[in-house]
Amino acid sequence: MALLTKKDASLILDPLADNNPITIQVLGICSALAITAELKASVVMAISVLFVLGIGNVVISVLRNVIPSKIRIIVQLIVVATLVIIVDQVLKAFAYELSKTLSVFVGLIITNCIIMGRFEAFALGNGPWKSFLDGIGNALGYGVILIIVGFFRELLGSGTLFGFPVLGDPISKTGLYSTGYENNGFMIIPPAALIVVGIIIWVQRSRNKALIEDN
Amino acid sequence: MSDKRLTFKKRLHILKHHYRDKKMAPAFNAFHTFLFSPDETTHSGSHVRGADDLKRAMNTVIMALIPVLLFSMFNAGYQHYSAISGFPSEFSLLQHFLTWDNFWIGIIKVLPLVAVSYGVGLLVEFIFAVIKGHEVEEGYLVTGMLVPLIVPIDTPLWMLAVAVVFGVVIGKEVFGGTGMNILNPALTIRAFLFFAYPTWMSGDKVWVHEAVERAGTADAISGETILGYLAQNNADEFTYSVSDMFFGFIPGSVGETSAFLILLGGLFLVFSKIASWRIMLSAVIGSLVMGLIFNVIVDAGIIAETSKFYGLMSFDYWKHLIVGGLAFGIVYMATDPVTGSQTNRGKWIYGFLIGFISVMIRVFNPAYPEGVFLAILLMNVFAPTIDHYVLKGNIKKRLKRLKSATILPKDSDSKTEELKAETV
Repeated sequence: MALLTKKDASLILDPLADNNPITIQVLGICSALAITAELKASVVMAISVLFVLGIGNVVISVLRNVIPSKIRIIVQLIVVATLVIIVDQVLKAFAYELSKTLSVFVGLIITNCIIMGRFEAFALGNGPWKSFLDGIGNALGYGVILIIVGFFRELLGSGTLFGFPVLGDPISKTGLYSTGYENNGFMIIPPAALIVVGIIIWVQRSRNKALIEDN
Repeated sequence: MSDKRLTFKKRLHILKHHYRDKKMAPAFNAFHTFLFSPDETTHSGSHVRGADDLKRAMNTVIMALIPVLLFSMFNAGYQHYSAISGFPSEFSLLQHFLTWDNFWIGIIKVLPLVAVSYGVGLLVEFIFAVIKGHEVEEGYLVTGMLVPLIVPIDTPLWMLAVAVVFGVVIGKEVFGGTGMNILNPALTIRAFLFFAYPTWMSGDKVWVHEAVERAGTADAISGETILGYLAQNNADEFTYSVSDMFFGFIPGSVGETSAFLILLGGLFLVFSKIASWRIMLSAVIGSLVMGLIFNVIVDAGIIAETSKFYGLMSFDYWKHLIVGGLAFGIVYMATDPVTGSQTNRGKWIYGFLIGFISVMIRVFNPAYPEGVFLAILLMNVFAPTIDHYVLKGNIKKRLKRLKSATILPKDSDSKTEELKAETV
């Protein structure tokens, strides 16, 4: 990449795999459980977090020398809350149905540990450009897991992808359903996401032994 | 024995040494040790070993399950034909129950469940053993037999296969295999089936063979379980007598119906010292206590007859033990030595709470009047905590005893020493 130095590129690429916020840092699990029953919601959530974390990291980074450290959490909260409200309003205006599905979880982006975590751990100590890349990278890493989990949960749980029936119609028994296949109701309930995330962690760590913590 | 005419056993021993470091060795060794004792000798430590190793313990449980399995095969046919032509007015065991027709339904419906359960489960075990390079573990021998006995008869085989893969991988292998699992694998499989495919696992159409197909036709006799009737406050509608319930001529999951044979199996397990009598007894007590509490509430008139809990709450407390899966769960599931409590006092608490919570879930969850598997899974999770506090309590008690012993008589040191030696 000509645009980015090697170090900058690793800011974006590391969180995608070996330093993934969900599977390695184990942050942002709650929203990964709550909204991944449908792929569409996962994608929207991923984009929202991408927006909030990308801009938020830059804002905090720009302000980092003027924020008194005693009240930094409050300042961070105000920045996130502002951005989240923008996302919420945009969704309500242009995708009302979806915003109803996501309900409180858009608002709860404020409490998403990834965002506060990146503000604290990175944006407060680095320049705006690097913070922007870090924010984008972590949001992408979060989004990738969300989309993988959402893909499996929607496919196995409802037999659809983005709402399109890809396996046939379960009521009139067409496609795969004519063979006796049935949707797996377990995949719809939140605990299934925990297990899918667990399997992703398992696969990732058995492919890269360096990630396994000693205990 | 001449060298030319080797016995089968000897040949296996030689083959084993030949393939010792090969990748498939664990798979081969599994068959080998299933048939014979290995010819290895110990190099250090104890040289005398009991013959009752894990594999023999597992086989004993399977022996205790065989009568239940055979009964369930007859019962499958009996329930099926009774649903078509009505229950016989004068029941005779030989004429109506132990018939070839009944057994044939068992062969075509129950045996495939057993085969799929063992086939898929052992395949997963073998794959994991080969990848990890350890011996194939015996844990699945019992699980594989339990699984077909705790599902409804018409469970599609592919669903069972999916659930078995899930149960063995997520319930057991991720924790490190046999002996390391927190949850009972058979119940993990049951729970997975229940939450993934609820229409096949509950309701009134799944407990008797082909009840779904018959629904809506002229000869549709409901295949509802007794607990199902009670949950709908329809206690007058079923005609099963107490002896039907006790001997097991009732609809239900494949192997859970006969409290009588389960009782015999349980006694066999207790006298062969495989399963803990403390857990069984305390679980029975726990369920009786909870049932009694509900009966007392009903007798005191606190709950109205129109309440949706009335049917199950007014059910005689001791009958809870002979309907549904409670007896089966207590004898074969709760006593799992891996997932249960290990300390003696812990076993009393663990068993008691299993019985207590089972009946509680039964009564308070009318949509699903069978809480045994949930209760046992819940207590599986708490078993290590119970053990932890039992151990801690014991240490505390002994420390206290030690302290009082050491400060008592200052004049005679020898006596203090004696007391110390006793308490430590």
